Amino acid sequence: MDPKKFRYSPTHEWVDVEGDTAVVGLSKFAVDQLTDLLTIELPKVGARLTAGKSFGEVESVKSVNDLYAPISGEVVEVNQALLDDVQVLSEDPYVKGWLVKIKVDDPAEAGKLLDHSAYEIKIAEDEH
Amino acid sequence: MTDPTPLHTPLFDWHQTNGGRMVDFAGWSMPVQYTSIVEEHQAVRSGVGLFDVSHMGRLAFDGPKALSWINLVATNDATKLEPGRIQYSLLANDLGGLIDDILVYRLDKSYYVVCNASNRDRVVAQFGEHQEGFKATLTDKTVETAMIAVQGPAAAATLQPLVDRPLDGLKYYHVATGKLMGEVEALVSRTGYTGEDGFELIVPGPSASRVWIALMESGSGFGVAPIGLGARDTLRFEAAMPLYGHELSDTINPFAAGVGWAVKIDKGDFVGSDALKQHKQSPGSTRVGLKLDGKRIARQGSMVTADDRTLGSVTSGTFAPTLQASLAMALIDPGSSAPGTKVVVDVRGKPEPAEVVPLPFYKRPKP
Repeated sequence: MDPKKFRYSPTHEWVDVEGDTAVVGLSKFAVDQLTDLLTIELPKVGARLTAGKSFGEVESVKSVNDLYAPISGEVVEVNQALLDDVQVLSEDPYVKGWLVKIKVDDPAEAGKLLDHSAYEIKIAEDEH
Repeated sequence: MTDPTPLHTPLFDWHQTNGGRMVDFAGWSMPVQYTSIVEEHQAVRSGVGLFDVSHMGRLAFDGPKALSWINLVATNDATKLEPGRIQYSLLANDLGGLIDDILVYRLDKSYYVVCNASNRDRVVAQFGEHQEGFKATLTDKTVETAMIAVQGPAAAATLQPLVDRPLDGLKYYHVATGKLMGEVEALVSRTGYTGEDGFELIVPGPSASRVWIALMESGSGFGVAPIGLGARDTLRFEAAMPLYGHELSDTINPFAAGVGWAVKIDKGDFVGSDALKQHKQSPGSTRVGLKLDGKRIARQGSMVTADDRTLGSVTSGTFAPTLQASLAMALIDPGSSAPGTKVVVDVRGKPEPAEVVPLPFYKRPKP
């Protein structure tokens, strides 16, 4: 797991595609912006994700934010550790804090997302 | 609506260079948090925190009829105010809704009104509308002064070394003039919006940074932290202090909101008094505390029901850091307001079970 090799959506989800499966998570920048996480809601195994559509929500003391699918596919695994304790996401958003694993419809779809350096530029702009 | 170029308080540069996450709030650029809302909240409950509240409106009233003018426009009885005392009061509209909640300071010869940033223009306008016949002036001191709140069990210990008068003698809701660091003229009041002991200082704008930095140094042994608007809200929420735009508004009457004690119907004619007499007889709803079973937050506007009957809606909700529970304040049908009553709160489409609990949620331990 190397965040530099992930692809990122403008809404701060990351995706790590290998073959026809992908791991989906939330970027450290997004987690730091939210701070004080309380709860997370994730879909169940078998649920369909559609790129750009909400698939869950994460709530912090400050606000509730939708999670948007960076890529389309079917959920094959959900991070139970995260549902048990959302702090895992605050502490380790790129490894232990992954959200769902999906079987992707089209691995090439990830190519439309931002690469790491483009994402870094985007969040630098967001901070201003 | 919001001014495209928000105003800066005299502490703006300090906030920016010290990690303050700046947001536009009521026309001002203010820090919402520096580290985390929960960490800042705990710093105030356990030690001391500093708040830049310079965005609050500060209005000076002078002249022989200043008192009568304030007493006509505000709902509490300002004639009962002794010099050196502060009174919580309200500005009502003609229908008995609220334009703002304010603090009235009685100084030796003049008065000060502190109002919410978001309502400053409306408060000034309301006084202007009812000025005729009163030999008095209102001077808006907001931009030329700054206001700093020092809050927490270690607030007195933090402030005392800077001020030339003993703080022991300054009781809750009292105000005195003092000199800070031997040179800065300040209004020092024992007031705040956190449920803790604490003080609020009004100082000349150009002196604000020096005072702030001296307070940060003085409080270092007590874990002092700068506190953003986020924790300011969770702190006042736990103490069940109403916030304009949430528990108070143009269309919420003060008896429903639980601040009817600041309306003195018998003091004589005042703005909104006819409508307020009616509201006192039948407030329509009442402010309650709710404790949710789960962790999700019932935010403003969430509907409150029981047996599919609508009781009212949530005015503020958060996950209370001190009490470690998802809590809300709501305006609901008085018939269902008894503590222990089971209700359901609609949190973004999902029903969440909750129970009516007494307010305030948090009371500081007696020293």
